Amino acid sequence: MADDGREESLGTDDDSDQTGADGSLNNTMVEEGSTLMRRMEICVAEAEKRSGKNAVSMQETFTVYLIETRPMDAVAEGHNPAPDCLWRRYSEFELLRNYLIVTYPYIVVPPLPEKRAEFVWHKLSADNMDPDFVERRRVGLENFLLRVASHPVLCNDKILCYFLTEEHGWKEAVYETGFQAKADSRLRALSATFRVRNPDKCFMEMKHYSDELQSHTSQLLRARARVADRLYGVFKVHGNYGRVFSEWSAIEKEMGDGLQSAGHHMDAYAASIDDILEEEEHYADQLKEYLFYAEALRAVCRKHELTQFELEMASQDLISKKQQREELATGIVRTFSFKGMTNKLFGQEAPEQREARLKLLEDLIAEGEETVKEKTIERAEHVEKAWVDIQRFKEQKDKDLREALINYAVMQISMCKKGIQVWSNAKECFLKM
Amino acid sequence: MSISAPRGLASSGQKPITEILHPLSAAEEPLSPGPDVTVSGGRDKEVGLTNGTPVETPSPASASVLFNRLQLDDDLDSDGRDPYADTETHDLFVTVDDPKKHVSTMETYITYRVSTKTTRIEFDLPEYSVRRRYQDFDWLRTKLEDSQPTHLIPPLPEKFVMKGVVDRFSEEFVETRMKALDKFLKRVADHPVLSFNPHLNAFLSAKDLNKRQGLALLSKVGESVKNVAGGYKLRVRPPEFCAMGEYLDTFNQKLGTIDRIAQRILKEQSEYLTELREYGTVYASWAGSEEELQRPLEGVAGCVTTCCGALEDMSENMGQDFLPVLREYILYIESMKNVLRKRDQSQAEYEGRLEAAVLRKQEDRTPIPAEVEKCQDKMECFNADLKADWERWQSNKRQDFKQLLTGMADKNVTHYEKCQAAWESLITLLQDKQTEDKTSCKSLWEIRQ
Repeated sequence: MADDGREESLGTDDDSDQTGADGSLNNTMVEEGSTLMRRMEICVAEAEKRSGKNAVSMQETFTVYLIETRPMDAVAEGHNPAPDCLWRRYSEFELLRNYLIVTYPYIVVPPLPEKRAEFVWHKLSADNMDPDFVERRRVGLENFLLRVASHPVLCNDKILCYFLTEEHGWKEAVYETGFQAKADSRLRALSATFRVRNPDKCFMEMKHYSDELQSHTSQLLRARARVADRLYGVFKVHGNYGRVFSEWSAIEKEMGDGLQSAGHHMDAYAASIDDILEEEEHYADQLKEYLFYAEALRAVCRKHELTQFELEMASQDLISKKQQREELATGIVRTFSFKGMTNKLFGQEAPEQREARLKLLEDLIAEGEETVKEKTIERAEHVEKAWVDIQRFKEQKDKDLREALINYAVMQISMCKKGIQVWSNAKECFLKM
Repeated sequence: MSISAPRGLASSGQKPITEILHPLSAAEEPLSPGPDVTVSGGRDKEVGLTNGTPVETPSPASASVLFNRLQLDDDLDSDGRDPYADTETHDLFVTVDDPKKHVSTMETYITYRVSTKTTRIEFDLPEYSVRRRYQDFDWLRTKLEDSQPTHLIPPLPEKFVMKGVVDRFSEEFVETRMKALDKFLKRVADHPVLSFNPHLNAFLSAKDLNKRQGLALLSKVGESVKNVAGGYKLRVRPPEFCAMGEYLDTFNQKLGTIDRIAQRILKEQSEYLTELREYGTVYASWAGSEEELQRPLEGVAGCVTTCCGALEDMSENMGQDFLPVLREYILYIESMKNVLRKRDQSQAEYEGRLEAAVLRKQEDRTPIPAEVEKCQDKMECFNADLKADWERWQSNKRQDFKQLLTGMADKNVTHYEKCQAAWESLITLLQDKQTEDKTSCKSLWEIRQ
């Protein structure tokens, strides 16, 4: 397992914040299972509306979420201490995640629930303030924290810990890490993607896979929403039977009772679809999580492309400088150079000048060799760590999605059973007609 | 052209012979209900065949016809309340089946085999098998209407279909039409008065009905001519017939609504089916890019496909069995309203003549002519026939709708059962693989425990 005790990205070995549950923060060895999760119970318990002034001094309403934590040992020993809690809003979660992405570019960082409701079928609200949306978001935020806290690498991060325990001053701490400066510029990353020559084949396959995963999950979410829409229509139209059977029963003698009761069952049938589809949203949320996870996976692959590209650039630079030195030393021009041209046109330069230039070149070459060493290490480390996490991610994904499919099947079975129940009841009524 | 065994309503076709008593057998034993109608009361399905000789292929005129006939009886018997159980005819059995396409230079049309089995002396032979086309049924109906104006004549399926919109020779259309024709003929054969009509006799037994080709055209025209019986205006419709009229109007309306609902459901289901199919293919294509998840995803795709198939079956059934019966009843109501009007005419005529005669008697002591009495008789006959037929009709209607709606419920239950079975077998598959899993990585569900 990787040695994650030192937070290299933070640059400091800060021991000053060891308290209580944070005690094992600087453990040098992190064994399997000894994650934050083992030490703490975490949950996102509630959501509340707040009002306040935003950055441009305009009044806004937003939702905050209550994070509760409790030391695990206390729970295990049977005490039931009141949990520590604090409130956070969505934007703070986003900040935390951005920090993690920059700080751990070799980790497939768990995603947040969606910012805005997407893939909605028509009856579902796309309003961020809608209570059902808020509730699902609460669950999604909790999942995010649970995943991060149980990740072998991420769980030891101090900023993560502060996020869970320090309501005020956390933001300042994050900014102080200076992570924003370390973020790779979009342009650089994009450029690397296009110009890199020898990216690792496995990573390229992974990148391709992440595209596939993203495409398939989004297709599935769209198709599911359309199916939900249509199914809603089918169920609701049956409600009309309820009304007409009731009206018809009024003019019948012996058939009346049977018809009337059957009508009630038809109404019940039509009403049942609301709950069925609401439950299915949880399945959609599970798919969405992996839709966003695909993006995180791609980010790790892109980082590889970047480190590889920078190594290539550094190596190339070194080679060309060495060549220049050779030309300068031997006078043989192998490649076109401006100096070569001017030499031909205006004659060779004076030996002192040449010496000066040679010295400069030697310095540059020394620097360049250092750079190449650094970049080589950077690239190799990234490859090694990222590959470990990618394997972990793959296993997790397979498990999670398999469970999601099982849950989906269970939901379908439940829906079928309800349907059988209702129609059997209706049939009983018809038989009494 | 072959037709698969008709499903749904027991109005025609082949039924397993093991459940049937031969119509001419001496022993009359209680019979089991048909597969489409469940009757509470603990009757089991096994009934011995008392005729002795087991027949492998059911012949329509004997086995299934009897079965269908007695099925109707059974339903009535199980109520214990139907007053017509004793007056039902048990000696004339008809079936319509075996459609065949005929192509001639002039036209293409379908004929159906009409099989009869009877012990009535009005018929020369105990069995007949003739081929008839829709035109012939139409002729029969017209003749019955003309000759028995006081009775409710069952309706025929719709005569005209838009060429180009409906394929008159498609299997579904022909089968639907055939079932309706079979029902029509059975209802006529069941009727204590109509079944003795000589036109029915000719229809069932004559080798060909060529003589009356030209008369077919007059069918619709003749009807309206008949309605103008001296132009008498009715003053007051007696309350029992008012009630009938009102009932028919409301019932008609409700049936129309149910028809619209059913069609709408079919439409929604069809659109749902389209999306569902697409949904299934997305799972299948995702499976292609996965390793561990390939089987589970393919499994889900398979389940979705199974559900699509189940839904398709149900929709097809509804289209073929449910809607035509609704439409038939709407036609039935139309013809019944006509009969009510004719009854009104007959009453109007009587009252008109009576009034005129009374006035004349007051003037010059002319006695009331015999004609007036004849009119009165006619009216009273009409009233009696109509009342009797009304009761029969109500009773039949109740059975028909009970069967229809129960059938609809059954189809839905079957559909859900099929789907449930598919998903349950998938879960077994998915969970099996789970227990093999020995990786250390935790799923979200495991983390949450």
